Amino acid sequence: MFRVRAVVLTIGLFLGLTASASAGTLAERVFETTLGNGLKVLIVEEPKAPVVTVQVWYKVGSRNEETGRTGLSHMLEHMMFKGTPKVGPKQFDMIVTRNGGVDNAETQMDFTGYYEDFAADRVELGLMLEADRMANLLIDEKEFEPEHQVVIEERRLRVDDQPANVLGETMRATAFLAHAYRWPTIGWPSDMQAYTRDALLRYYRTYYAPNNATLVVAGDVKKGALLPKIQSLFGTIPRLPDPPKVITQEPPQTGERRVSVQKEAELPLLFVVYHAPNLAHPDGFALQVLAYILGGGESARFHQKVVYQKQLASYAGADYNPVHVDPFLFGFSAGPLPGKTAEEVEQALYAEVERVQREPVVDRELQKAKNQIESEFIFAQDSVHQVAEMLGRYESVASWKLLDGFLEGVSKVTTADVQRVARKYLVPDNRTVAILIPMKAGAAPAGAGK
Amino acid sequence: MRTRNLRTPLAILVLVAALGLALSTALASLPAPAAGVGQREVLPNSMVLLVSEKHGVPIATVSMLIRAGSILDPPDKPGVANLVAELITQGTTTRTAPQISEAIEFVGGSLSVDAGQELTTISLSVLSKDLDLGLNLLADILQNPTFAPAEIERKKQEVIAGIKRDQEDPGTVSWQAFLKLIYGTNPYGHPVEGAEATVPAITREDLVRFHEAQYRPNKAILAVVGDVTLPDLKRRLDARLGGWKQGGAAFAPPPKPAPLTQRTVRTIQRDVTQANITLGHLGVTRDNPDYYAIQVMNYLLGGGFNSYLVAKIREEKGWAYDVGSAFGPGKYAGEFSVSMQTKNEVAEQAIEAALAEIRRMREQPVSEQELKDTKAYLTGSFPLRLDTSRKIVGMLATIEYYGLGLDYVDRYPGLINAVTAADVQRVAQKYLDPNRYALSIVADLSKAKIRE
Repeated sequence: MFRVRAVVLTIGLFLGLTASASAGTLAERVFETTLGNGLKVLIVEEPKAPVVTVQVWYKVGSRNEETGRTGLSHMLEHMMFKGTPKVGPKQFDMIVTRNGGVDNAETQMDFTGYYEDFAADRVELGLMLEADRMANLLIDEKEFEPEHQVVIEERRLRVDDQPANVLGETMRATAFLAHAYRWPTIGWPSDMQAYTRDALLRYYRTYYAPNNATLVVAGDVKKGALLPKIQSLFGTIPRLPDPPKVITQEPPQTGERRVSVQKEAELPLLFVVYHAPNLAHPDGFALQVLAYILGGGESARFHQKVVYQKQLASYAGADYNPVHVDPFLFGFSAGPLPGKTAEEVEQALYAEVERVQREPVVDRELQKAKNQIESEFIFAQDSVHQVAEMLGRYESVASWKLLDGFLEGVSKVTTADVQRVARKYLVPDNRTVAILIPMKAGAAPAGAGK
Repeated sequence: MRTRNLRTPLAILVLVAALGLALSTALASLPAPAAGVGQREVLPNSMVLLVSEKHGVPIATVSMLIRAGSILDPPDKPGVANLVAELITQGTTTRTAPQISEAIEFVGGSLSVDAGQELTTISLSVLSKDLDLGLNLLADILQNPTFAPAEIERKKQEVIAGIKRDQEDPGTVSWQAFLKLIYGTNPYGHPVEGAEATVPAITREDLVRFHEAQYRPNKAILAVVGDVTLPDLKRRLDARLGGWKQGGAAFAPPPKPAPLTQRTVRTIQRDVTQANITLGHLGVTRDNPDYYAIQVMNYLLGGGFNSYLVAKIREEKGWAYDVGSAFGPGKYAGEFSVSMQTKNEVAEQAIEAALAEIRRMREQPVSEQELKDTKAYLTGSFPLRLDTSRKIVGMLATIEYYGLGLDYVDRYPGLINAVTAADVQRVAQKYLDPNRYALSIVADLSKAKIRE
């Protein structure tokens, strides 16, 4: 069952490379080519295991949507399992599982990814399935209707009945005034009701183009044998016009924003987020280190001060995810203990932010954060799937090659850098504070506020 | 792959944890296991050690299972096992809580302790070069926790906060109510964390006594996967755990729970948009000879994305995003459950539809094609269940706990392939009951009309 826990989820966002035990750095192990139709192909030969992952990443997500059509990327993701002329409805999962495989997909703000994991000898099947649905999706009206209802239920399950997620959604819509990151990836309920088959088909034909996608194959494969198959399956899919560019950028924030959500719940919850650059910016390295120093585990400052010493919260963490096409957020979250208010916890977190801004962190703390980031990278090497996923995500927002300099970039961060980025980004005018005010059923707010 | 995943980035910790959004990460980094999945040895203090050498990646992954789960809680003190698990990392005779977390995190490792119903699991991950440090900490928290009063009070507050937050998740509320319905006062019936009312009453004495009684090498299984050999590991462990004394309380298995004699319903009012439904009854234990036939049967009923329940309730009706069934076999008890979430208004129809699929499973023989496809999936995807060090170490420890033997990985395809269509129908009739079952439902009851 789900439990709310303080965890730092930088996992897998930031993998550098040199520490791989396999021969060569990641950069040396990735074979890259681009087909004539613009499809980017990345292959990682990993012969240790008799398995393969086939992944296709489209550069489309809720960032590409517009008001009235929010969540369309995700609805389309669901329809991608609903049939082509060759692979009928309900057949996709059947074919994969019959071959001992597993498949799934995810839609995010900046990309949509699909995968099949199999025994390595089934690689061609994965390629066939992905090439087929890249070009030939039907979006049958009969299949669309029930799936449309499924997605509406998905929102109820994931968001509407989960106070933390209603708060997160409200927080994002407040932190972003203009940019499409302001709406939830799953979409607003009104927009979800209004999806049509035609809108989906248009969306598919606009964004699901070989020139807007990356194919990643990793596992016990040989690129020499694979490339002709990839060429014959994907190479014939026609290139489409470049998808429309996202124009709207977020203007600088010029004052603190505060928002609250009242919902049936037991305890308050606190999110604090600051606008921060994405992976294209050199400050990303120091921000990553800062996230660990503040919130990277039980020895980090938030836990030590706010949870352990002051005993205001049952958890307090920090997170920074720069894998976005446009600048996103640096955030804190904390769960106040019974009898404590979100505002008390908030002030305690700020005290730690101010301490980082005032005094340089100690060398051992800096080294600890770097060690955590590096070992996370090494642990991720344990899974071929995870390596492929990383490549797909990076390539979708910028370039997989940015992974190459990451560990080195982190290693160069100094205590002065940490102090500088804390002073530059973690300032009141740049922050949005979101607080969950718990309601008892049919009653006035309980246990929150001063 | 029960669900299509949609992630809400700014992966803000809570969001992700609260939603359970993590994509199933799957892929193998493991050679096809040939002669068993690892080596086994019983140490002089009776602790069972399992090792799988893996020299690809310079990491060590350690899992220790201890028979110290919540079914061993004193009957009037639910939550003791969990509180002990929470506290052993919070101070020993030579290290404070901050010193423990700083030591493991400085090397980029992790050390965590989680109580379950039957077992408490200690998970350690470190780079190979830091294995000694990790084992030092593991040995220390096992043998020398101090249970300092201030730490106890602090952790109690955190546990109570966790129990309160669990009440915000309709899925957790529904599941806990379901367990209560089918197990009653049996030790499997209460939440591992205990209850808001019982946790404050737990004393230091309770914790110390539980630790003395249960945290013993003769009740422990230690599995290690990494760049390490069995003789080397034995040397390292002898220095650290050689003085860990066997003994403790004699183990008495919990009483057998009694099956329900009629349909039993619990409805819970919440201001929610969906009805969160759990339906089922007692299941089987892991050593049941029909276990593999049940796995095949349940995969068809509600275990996979092509199952009867998904086809009817999700694909055809569009009533639920997530619907499925599971047999959760423990060593001494187990449950069968169907879980789903539907909009309040169709809850009763969805329940009836799920029962109809259970009846169909019992009454209608499975086709040869269905059987063949299910076997192909269960056997073909088995390597994906061993695709990371963390999964291998978990498999090793589980194999030992249930006494499956190290050749289990090799035997598994044969066990599945031996299941016949007649077996499937026989176990469906024997282990599924569409008349005497528990139903717990968390919903807006003004909209979800449930037959009592």
